[in-house]
Formats: sequence, C-alpha cells, structure tokens
Amino acid sequence: MEVFKYKKPLSLMSQSKRFGILSVVVVILSLGIILTKGFNYGIDFAGGTLVQVQYEGKAPIKEIRSAISHDKHYESASVTYFGSDDEIVIRTKTSSKALGEDVGDKMRALLKDTGKYEIRRVDMVGAKVGSELREKGLMSMLLAIIGILIYVSFRFEWRFAVASVMALVHDVTIAMGAVVLFNIEVNLDTLAALLTILGYSLNDTIIVFDRIREGIKTIKNPDLGDIIDESVTRTLSRTTLTSLTTFFVVFTLWMFGGEIIHGFGFTLLVGIIVGTYSSIFVASPILMWLGFSVSGFREKEAAKLKREKEKEKMRAMYENGTI
Amino acid sequence: MKTLNYRIILFAFALIFGIVFSIPSITQSDSGKKITLGLDLQGGLHMLLGIKSEIAIESRIKSMAATVKYIFDDEEIIFDDLRIVDGKQITFELLDKDDVVKSKELLKKDLEGTVLGENGLKFTLEMTAEEVERTKANAISQAVDTIRNRLNEFGLAEPTVAKQGEDKILVEVPGIKTQEDEQRIRELIARAAHLQLMAVDEDRAARVMTMDENEAKSYGDVILPDVATSERYLLRQIPVLDGSMLTDAKVGFDQNNQPVINFSLNGQGAKIFGDFTAKSVGKRMAVVLDNKVYSAPNIRERIGGGHVQISGNFKLEEAADLAIALRSGALLAPVYIMEKRSVGPSLGADSIRSSSLALVLGFIMVVIFMIVYYGAAGMVADVALIGNLFLILAIMSLFGATLTLPGMAGIVLTVGMAVDANVIITERIRELMHEGKSVAKSIEDGYDNAFTAILDANVTTLIAAVVLYVYGTGAIKGFALTMSIGILASMLTAIVGTHGIYQWLLPKIDKNKLGFWFGIKAEGVK
Repeated sequence: MEVFKYKKPLSLMSQSKRFGILSVVVVILSLGIILTKGFNYGIDFAGGTLVQVQYEGKAPIKEIRSAISHDKHYESASVTYFGSDDEIVIRTKTSSKALGEDVGDKMRALLKDTGKYEIRRVDMVGAKVGSELREKGLMSMLLAIIGILIYVSFRFEWRFAVASVMALVHDVTIAMGAVVLFNIEVNLDTLAALLTILGYSLNDTIIVFDRIREGIKTIKNPDLGDIIDESVTRTLSRTTLTSLTTFFVVFTLWMFGGEIIHGFGFTLLVGIIVGTYSSIFVASPILMWLGFSVSGFREKEAAKLKREKEKEKMRAMYENGTI
Repeated sequence: MKTLNYRIILFAFALIFGIVFSIPSITQSDSGKKITLGLDLQGGLHMLLGIKSEIAIESRIKSMAATVKYIFDDEEIIFDDLRIVDGKQITFELLDKDDVVKSKELLKKDLEGTVLGENGLKFTLEMTAEEVERTKANAISQAVDTIRNRLNEFGLAEPTVAKQGEDKILVEVPGIKTQEDEQRIRELIARAAHLQLMAVDEDRAARVMTMDENEAKSYGDVILPDVATSERYLLRQIPVLDGSMLTDAKVGFDQNNQPVINFSLNGQGAKIFGDFTAKSVGKRMAVVLDNKVYSAPNIRERIGGGHVQISGNFKLEEAADLAIALRSGALLAPVYIMEKRSVGPSLGADSIRSSSLALVLGFIMVVIFMIVYYGAAGMVADVALIGNLFLILAIMSLFGATLTLPGMAGIVLTVGMAVDANVIITERIRELMHEGKSVAKSIEDGYDNAFTAILDANVTTLIAAVVLYVYGTGAIKGFALTMSIGILASMLTAIVGTHGIYQWLLPKIDKNKLGFWFGIKAEGVK
C-alpha cells in the first residue's frame, strides 16, 4: 500500500502565514486558559491525600460524602467516581505526618457503615515534598530543552535549534492548555507525558530538518522555501505513518490502560497530534523567518570543507617532512 | 553479496540473548534473574520518612546529664542544681572548691565532644558544633538500621530501607495484604521504643495532681502520664538509665498469664540498676516507654542481675511488636511521613492486567498495520520489534530493574516509536526504487540515507529520557528507564537487524513482485 506517493512538492511555505497565525492563536488561547483557570495540581505537586476505594456493587457516593463530612478536618474533601461506578477516590488537602494513624486509617473508620469496600490505594504527599517535586519537574523541563538545544546546534545550525525548540514549546504549551481545558489532574505522570511529548515532537521535527539539511546540500535551486516544500513532502509519508503507529499504541493505552494512566495517555494523545502538525507546518516556516540563508550555509560548509582539506594538506606535508 | 552477513548474525545473537534472559521474567520462574515488579504493580507500601534530628540532640543531652550525675555520685563529689536548659545545655554547681579539678578531668574523659564552661563554681556543659552534626547524622543512619532490623524481625519479604538525600529515609515494603497490616507495620516503624527507668520524686509526689509542667521543671522533674489510666507521675528529669543499655527483650507471661516484656540489661546497666535500687529501697521506680509510664513498682530490695519486666495490659500481638522494637533498639529521633504511597494487591493486579492488555492490543495493531502497508518489509520490521521487546525485558531482568506502571507505559510507547526507524528506512528504499535504482542499491542507499535522521531523532529523545531518569522520582524513573532501553535496543534491532535480514533475503527478492516485498508498484526497477 502506498498512500503518499511523491509526485510534486506540496506548496506549503506559500501558506506558511496561515499556519503561523493558526498556531499563534492556539498558543495564545492555551496560555490564556492556563493563566486564567490554572493547573489542577494533584497531590504529587500540591500535597494532600488520595484514597481509592472499591465497593462491592455501586459505590454509595452520597452516603460516602456525608460520612466523611462528619469529620470537620475533611469537610473540603472531594469524592468522585474513578473509572467505573463501583470505585471512588477521595481527595483531601490534608496529609498527616504521624505514622501511627494516617488519613487512610481515618477514612477507613469514617466509611465503616457505607457498605462492603476495599481500600486499594492511599497516596499521601506532604506539602514540602510536593513543592520539591514541582521544582524538580520544572527543572527537568528546562534541562531537557537546554540539552536538546545544544545537541541540535551542534548537529545542525543554531537556527535549526531555535526553530525546533520553538516548535517544541508550541507543542508543550498546547498540550498543557488541553490538560487545563479538560481538567486533567497534573501529577508526576502528566509531567512525564509532557517530557515525552518534548522528545517526540523533537524527534518528528528532526526527521524533517534532516531532510532539509540534505536538500540544502543536494538540491540545486537555492530557494529555501522550495527546498523546505520538497523536503517536507518527501517526509510527509513517514511523519504521518510514524505518528499513526504511535497514535495507535497511545490510544490503546488511553482506552485500555486503566484509570491510573488515563491522564498520562490523554496528554500524550494531544501531544502526538500537535507534534505531528508542528513538525510539518510550524518548525520549517520558523526556520525561514529566522532568516536562514541557503547560500550562506553552503558557503560556510564549503569553507569548513576547505579548512579541513587545508589541515589535511598541512598534516600530509608535516608527515612528509616538508615542514 | 554474501547471504550470511555479520548484521544478521549479530541480530540472531541479540534475539537469542533477549529470549533466554527474558524467560525467567515471563514465566516468573524461581531461578534466574528476574524483573522486580514495582510496588504499584505488586502492591505494597512506599514511604519517604523525615527525621526530627533535633530530638536526637535533646536525648543525647539527657543521657549526658545522666552520665554526669552517675559520675559525681560514684566519686562522691557533692553537686547541686544539675539540670537541662532549653534542651541543649547542662548546668550544675559544685559545692566544694577542691572537687573542681577532679570533676573537670572526669567529665573530659567520659564525655567526648563537649565544651565545659565555668563561672566560679557554676558550670555549663554543651555539645560542640561537630558533635551536634555527628549526632544528627548518626540519628539518621541509626534510624535506617533500626527500621530495617524491625522489618526483618517482623518477617516481611524483602523490605527496602535506605537513606535518601541528606536527611530522608526511603522505606519500601512489598506484599502487604490489608490496611490493618499496613497500619501495624507503620506503628512498628514509628515506635520510638525509647525506654527509660526513672525515679519517682517521692518528696513532692503527693502534690503531682495540682502541679504544672513549669513548677515540675523548677525542681528538675517532669510529669508523665500513665499509659492506661489518667494517673500522672512526678519523675526525676534525668533517668536512672535508658534503653541503650538493653541487651534483649522477650515476650513472657506474668502470674495472671498476661503478656509482659522481659528485658535484660548489659553489665554497666545492671550495675547502675543494682546501685540505684540498693539506694532507693522503699521508693518507687517508673518504667517509662515513649514518655508513658507503664508501671511504677515499689523497690523492696536491691535488684541485681539486670532483669526487668514491663507489664501493662498488652495484647499478645502488641507485646510481640514492642519486644521487636525494644530489641532492635530505640530510634534516636522520631520519624514522620513526608510521602506515602500504598497500593493494595488487587489494584496492582488490575494495573498489570490493563497495561498488559494495552501493550498486546497496541502491539497487534502496529504489527498488522506494518504488514498491510509495507508487505514483507513490514514483516521484517515486526521481527525487529519483537526482538526489541525481548531485549528490553532481558536487559531489565539482568540488571534486576524494577518494572512500574509508567514503565509499562514506556514499553507500550516504545512499540509505537521503535518501528519509526523502519518506517523511515522503508520509505527511503521505496523512494529510491521509484527513482529506478536496483533493489540492492535501493536497500543499501536507503539505510545510508536514513541513518543520520534516525540517529539524531533517537539521541534527542534519549536526552529527554535521561533528564527524566535523573530528575524523576520513583515510578517515573521506571518510565524513563524502559524508554531509554527501548530506544537503545531499537538502534540494534531496527537498524542493524533489519539490514541484515534484507541482505540475507536479497537473492530471493523478486523485482517483479515489489508489491509483495515492499508494498509498492514500481516500474523499471533493476
């Protein structure tokens, strides 16, 4: 089967303004929703306790709520269904430091009369650990971006690095916007998903950039727009197919992977769609707007080659004893 | 071109290696190195504990004060007003000027790491800054050892207790069945098991019900509650001796067949205890555990031998846990929970089931898709993918790595991304075939052209994964780990392995059947 048969380059760069405007609008909307609504931090980052309880049969959520509100420490606790209607989670901002009796034990006592149940999970994160994890999370994002910038600058050119990082910020921002919009709880695994998007989005962009790098060296026409069009069209098949296979598995993860990694799967799903879009329509135009010059790059490459040749010559002369 | 090439041999080795070393993990056999399931998959308790190390300083000061008192009593040096100020300084006053030199020498010899300040006959004794630091560090490492001993004695399978960072303790206990068991384990860990034998201040004991803390302090006393009743005891602040001199603790039964704990003191402890009881006949001595009075019997005669009993309406289970705690030693400083995650065994099993389902379904979808789209070339990619999965499992088994739920997600994701290399390569091969290159040339150049793209793309993903591993905690580390191994393994299976397979198959590839081999209709391929 062959869906994307190459005939002639798609004319993408002539449309780049439209894609640019679309991206800018979506990014601004995402930032807007992140700033106004804010992240729904889960206990990993905010601190607190999460108790997951499974009932035999349907969970009596009303009785559970009233049973818990008897203790005024837990008045603000939220009780929600978790995946199915026989399972609930209770979330409170409280965490206890004492080992002897923790929030889980208290919940067990409070829920005593609400039916037959099993407490399956108690997660508790102290406020201090929560803020530490948040700092570490931010730090890891920054470090990953810096590491990638350095590597891409080294392998390509600084404009490629800047363009790929901008595309990546674009993807992560939109994915975060979706996380806020759909009220996904932000926990450590959401962070892991965002970092994966970071790596994935870049992976996609690099494949296109690699083709552009190759095009710059082999295509006679020095017009960057045309080179980009040709390269993007040539990689279109790969970009779509890989995204498709990754999409398949992330989709199954999201559908069947269980409630605990639901948020993780969702974040990835959004990231893959946006990442695919950005590697085709966002990263390459940025390269153009940054004023990348094909002839300039060729001259530099030629100069580099010349220097290397001269060095070689010198070395040869040195070894022959002429110097 | 040779049909058997080094690439396919390498791949075959990798495949055999992968299958052989992943078998113990897949079949869960008893022998061989296996992947450990994370606590989120097998159920268990994960805790990050903090430690109140300042309490260790306070109790160190207390035991130093007890030593001072013992030395002076022993050498018959007359002193007065021995007390602890703010929990970090000992003050006392000597009555006889002739004792000063001798006292200073004795204290210097027996109390290392302290500074003695003098003002006439009034003295202050403080710990040096280094000694404070050493005491804190000691409290942490001692807590790690103590908690480990307690969990081991409790008979739990493979608990992990380790120091994390400067001042945290990581405790992981797999295989806890119920919430009640978990609570019991937490109590066992938290038990300070700080045993003190303290003299009752008989001169003022009658007034204890009306006395407040501050007044008691002014006499150098403390007020401690009874463990069961509302009774209060007025006790001398400086204990006669503490649990550090205890050698053994066992559960026994008293004459009413109630569980009690019998413990023995070491030689020095037995001597101090004997001397004290001889001097205090007719008075009471309180057995204090974690600042609660368990009993305060009258001393009828000197007690030698150093055998003491703690009674208090124990349940048998409680007495057993307490004996474990006493035997394994006191926690020099109390610990508290900073982070706790506990997963019941049924939830762990559910997580394994659902993530395995996602893995299998995702895998099947990818495998079928590749064959439908690329024909035989897709099949070659699928073989590499299977090799990749086995390699991930084998490498994790060999290192005894832990597989967590996010780790499973990492493997699932790798399945999607590992075929990427083959998609890139096959697309390149198709491109060259459309350009009219020969089959052999298309394959060789296809691999050449695709290599830089695959390398750069994998390295960048690897950078993100490594950062995640270094900065991630617990389960997230597992995700970064499986993804990193998956990426590295895919370099071997998807690039080298498939290349070898093509070279081996080359003589059989019919250029008129490219629809079957590469899923394309290409004219004029040589």
